[in-house]
Amino acid sequence: MTGSQAVQFGIFTVSDITQDPTTGRTPTERERIQAVLTIAKHSEEVGLDVFALGEHHNPPFFSSSPTTTLAYIAAQTERLILSTATTLITTNDPVKIAEDYAMLQHVADGRVDLTLGRGNTGPVYPWFGQDIRQGIPLAIENYALLHRLWREEFVDWSGKFRTPLQGFQSTPRPLDGVPPFVWHGSIRSPEIAEQAAFYGDGFFANNIFWPKEHYQRLIDFYRQRFEHYGHGTAAQAIVGLGGQVFMRANSQDAVDEFRPYFDNAPVYGHGPSLEEFTAQTPLTVGSPQEVIDRYAAMRHHFGDYQRQLFLMDHAGLPLKTVLEQLDILGSEVVPVLRREFAKDRPAEVPDAPTHQNLLEKAQLAPQVRQAGAGLETAAKGA
Amino acid sequence: MTTKRIAVVSAGLSQPSSTRLLADRLAGATVERLAHEGIEADVTTIELRDIAQDVTNNLLTGFASPKLDAVLTTITESDGLIAVTPIFTTSYSGLFKSFVDIVDNQALKDLPVLMGATGGTARHSLALEYAMRPLFTYLHAVVTPTSVFAASEDWGGGADEVRSLPDRIVRAATEFAALVRSSERRAPSRDPFAAYASGLGGFQPE
Repeated sequence: MTGSQAVQFGIFTVSDITQDPTTGRTPTERERIQAVLTIAKHSEEVGLDVFALGEHHNPPFFSSSPTTTLAYIAAQTERLILSTATTLITTNDPVKIAEDYAMLQHVADGRVDLTLGRGNTGPVYPWFGQDIRQGIPLAIENYALLHRLWREEFVDWSGKFRTPLQGFQSTPRPLDGVPPFVWHGSIRSPEIAEQAAFYGDGFFANNIFWPKEHYQRLIDFYRQRFEHYGHGTAAQAIVGLGGQVFMRANSQDAVDEFRPYFDNAPVYGHGPSLEEFTAQTPLTVGSPQEVIDRYAAMRHHFGDYQRQLFLMDHAGLPLKTVLEQLDILGSEVVPVLRREFAKDRPAEVPDAPTHQNLLEKAQLAPQVRQAGAGLETAAKGA
Repeated sequence: MTTKRIAVVSAGLSQPSSTRLLADRLAGATVERLAHEGIEADVTTIELRDIAQDVTNNLLTGFASPKLDAVLTTITESDGLIAVTPIFTTSYSGLFKSFVDIVDNQALKDLPVLMGATGGTARHSLALEYAMRPLFTYLHAVVTPTSVFAASEDWGGGADEVRSLPDRIVRAATEFAALVRSSERRAPSRDPFAAYASGLGGFQPE
């Protein structure tokens, strides 16, 4: 079981199978899937806390079935928290999400949370019988059902998008009666930040493709609304951020080695230069110290937060290189960031969510209510 | 004295270009008409050539560079837009359309627009009506009935002498100035959070 951390550090992968532009070779599905399993296990070996996997339903991505993959990784690791980046709340049946992730919670002994997203591939909606124009209403209705399935034994339900349920019990029940922690991921929609705030759930901004000012706005909005809905102060909202780095001891070596991968990357390749993109977004290519400087400042931009994930294995980077990157991240960067993030962190800012601390909170809750009732009686007596 | 902000977009590719020349003439005539009504005009001219790389990068990455972002704000917050493009292969130029594709589809709602175009011969002049006007109609802009096409010959001998280019410019600028003067458009916020927060009525999960 994982001990409590103020901030969890980890990696997230989109599971792309991309040609290595320096060799012209594309890994097979088998090679790439095995590589990602190796990367996940190595992330625990180098001292990281979280491994998160994307969900896609079209090539060049392999990860259509995240819980299968994460269950295997759970069996091969001891501390690592398994998460998603993201789970499609729009096109998956919320009943199946409730079942799959509760099951994963049991086999992983609680080392599970998930990030819900709407996906970025339009045709996934019609492939699963949905309409992309209903993206936000789907995310809202499906999560409302998922939230109840994990908290109520028997659910009566009727909604707009799925067949009704009468007295339905989702099984297995969440481990120890504690549902997996949920992050809501969005890169542009205030509605999703509002949804996260309404439920008092976490909010995750991938912080990769756009300037940080955009994500600052999004997170600031989520924090304000979290406070509005009475879950705590804005500073107590649960925030996760993505990031992207490539490091070598010598800064120029990092730039030279990463440039062909950047220039040909599926998402931003053949567009802005590496220099423009690193200036305008949180992508950092250079020495470990440069990465430390850039990411230690994130808490000043976004407020003290709970989770920092890095994208390390995309765009055709070979396995050997990714493992070296994890070595640098785990030995030289994350230990320093942990110290930096601990400096002057206000006591009111909660630790990153784990099954253990959510369980303790749940066990504490009835006592708090009893104490409250006691006070009320005392007040009446006085 | 009230001030109106006029944004001028020129999609000419050469420097100097006849497209920019037409844009400047349209802007100049507009300033004159507005001054006649006692309205001061604050004109900002944008050459798309200067931000062509930023436009392409935005198409690929989904976000605007600081330079392009400033241009988008200028256009969104203007009181009137003069848009001038060369006609290439029967339509507005690719760069012009790429730029318009980046503009938020609500940003030009109710905005007075004056259209201009340039081309080698007057045979291309109707491209303004069958290609460019539908584009702005789709975006719910308010386009003047008169648009101005300038063929190469309009700049010298062989030009239409009955209804000359200067005549057409004055007529279009007069219509445009009247729209700008009477427009009650409120520029939309480019901040999606401000727009969302203004309509907050409490979250409804079901």
